[in-house]
Amino acid sequence: MSDHEYTPKSKVGKWFNDRLPLLTLANHLTDYPTPKNLNYWWTFGGILTFCLITQIITGIVLGMHYVAHADLAFQSVEHIMRDVNYGWLIRYVHANGASMFFLAVYIHIFRSLYYGSYKSPREVIWIIGMLIYFLMMATAFMGYVLPWGQMSFWGATVITNLFSAIPLVGESITNWLWGGYSVDNPTLTRFFSLHYLFPFLILGLVVLHIWALHVPGNNNPIGIDIKKPSKDTVPFHPYIVIKDAFALLIFLLIFAFFVFFSPNILGHADNYIEANPLVTPAHIVPEWYLLPFYAILRSVPDKLLGVIAMFAAIFVLVILPWLDTSKVRSTVFRPIYKQFYWFLVADVLILGYVGAMPAEGLYLLIARVATAYYFAHFLIILPFLGLKEKTTPLPLSITEPILGGSADMAMARNNSDFKEKL
Amino acid sequence: MSDSEKKKPNRRDFIVTATTAAGAVGVGAVVWPLVDQMNPDASVKALASTEVDISAVEPGQSITVLWRGKPVFIKRRTQDEIDSARAVDLSELKHPEKDEDRAKNPEWLVMLGVCTHLGCVPLTDKGDYGAWFCPCHGSHYDTSGRIRKGPAPTNMEVPKYEFVNSNTIKIG
Repeated sequence: MSDHEYTPKSKVGKWFNDRLPLLTLANHLTDYPTPKNLNYWWTFGGILTFCLITQIITGIVLGMHYVAHADLAFQSVEHIMRDVNYGWLIRYVHANGASMFFLAVYIHIFRSLYYGSYKSPREVIWIIGMLIYFLMMATAFMGYVLPWGQMSFWGATVITNLFSAIPLVGESITNWLWGGYSVDNPTLTRFFSLHYLFPFLILGLVVLHIWALHVPGNNNPIGIDIKKPSKDTVPFHPYIVIKDAFALLIFLLIFAFFVFFSPNILGHADNYIEANPLVTPAHIVPEWYLLPFYAILRSVPDKLLGVIAMFAAIFVLVILPWLDTSKVRSTVFRPIYKQFYWFLVADVLILGYVGAMPAEGLYLLIARVATAYYFAHFLIILPFLGLKEKTTPLPLSITEPILGGSADMAMARNNSDFKEKL
Repeated sequence: MSDSEKKKPNRRDFIVTATTAAGAVGVGAVVWPLVDQMNPDASVKALASTEVDISAVEPGQSITVLWRGKPVFIKRRTQDEIDSARAVDLSELKHPEKDEDRAKNPEWLVMLGVCTHLGCVPLTDKGDYGAWFCPCHGSHYDTSGRIRKGPAPTNMEVPKYEFVNSNTIKIG
């Protein structure tokens, strides 16, 4: 945050700003001191904001043509695809936009895991981020139900049935969620209503997420506290704005590739068959971004415990700031954690893969091992590693390696008081 | 204020307590309709029963009908299937139920065609017990619709039904 008070130059600006300090806010956002060593993994915040806005705009447009009724929904989606001017484009952007949104959010989350951005004093940013992630999953799930294809219907049936695992009240809760005794028209209409609402809740949380970020300021690739503003920072505008815009363009190339060249590759052919409550597709699979959690659900042989494990897999992320006991943020200075970090990445990818495969034989065994490792990473490895691990010395500032006379970090450190730790 | 004065409730404490209590009741009265509107409505509940003609079903055949938006399996079992269902030792079962209790008329098995794991429709004449198999998460059911292997916690549910006459079953 800029320390100096801001006064608009124009008289009108000053008059308005005294009554509603929007110009002060704009000035804060442009001047906002940002660590100068941010790499491209830091551009995904901007990309995610873009994704959210894209989903909201395309979603509002689709809502003008879509009919939320069990008898009409499937036809209305085909009507959007065939009859509505550019309807195919808008729907493909919306459908692939969801996947792009998740792609970006996973990179954003794993960036945070690598550079320790969830650690003090940024726990609240992290928790709000996890709330956003959870709402994103709920929104995406309900959106997938709206076309009322076979995958929509049976995906909705399987996911809502998760709640029937709750002892005693499970059946009442599922009937309440459905508005009947199975997934049917009342379920579709309420999902449409909530699918329209949730993105705006996410937008509100995004504002809080950024607000909470602007209190301590950005973390950075070496994870040390820096003085703001100082020679370690650059103003957000134009430096970060241009960098974010460039990254967004590259991201849009990938986005456009999916929309224009393989718009259905991330979906399932079964969803182009209208929902039929009498026939379950041979192989029910959720969208790719939910597969790791689906694998965890299926890896537990007990229904209730499977559901608990799946929700616990998300909850364990929420309490991560208190599970990781290491004071050093960036993985750059944590040689052992660095290896476990990549194990975790591999573990989540493996979970995603087995989540797409049938739950039997070797796949089931792999899913069980990977699930056990997932929880072990957060509940056993992180708390102990933080206490035991010998970290390499931290530089005193972002510019230290350069000002120390050499780009070689080790030589620069010879000047610092951390020498004895080496 | 001394301690004795603190403990003694005065008129203001009474007003605060009464206002809070009335407010809580008011909030509850406002929230409940908003929650309850999501429960099954009158038109959904009205579709409570269905009559099914079973005269065309041959032994070994199975038909699926829709009741309350859910599939119901009506299976006319062969003598072999009945015998294998009745021969099972109850101690082998995850959810012990006698076949005699599940199929009052042993030839006809009527049950919800909904896997008790996560609600998929199991496939007929499939799986390790030659009866039902759920493709979603691999639950195997026997010729009485009882869970034998896989993640489902209970047997497939037998709904309330009755034989109106020898050719018609009323479900619900």
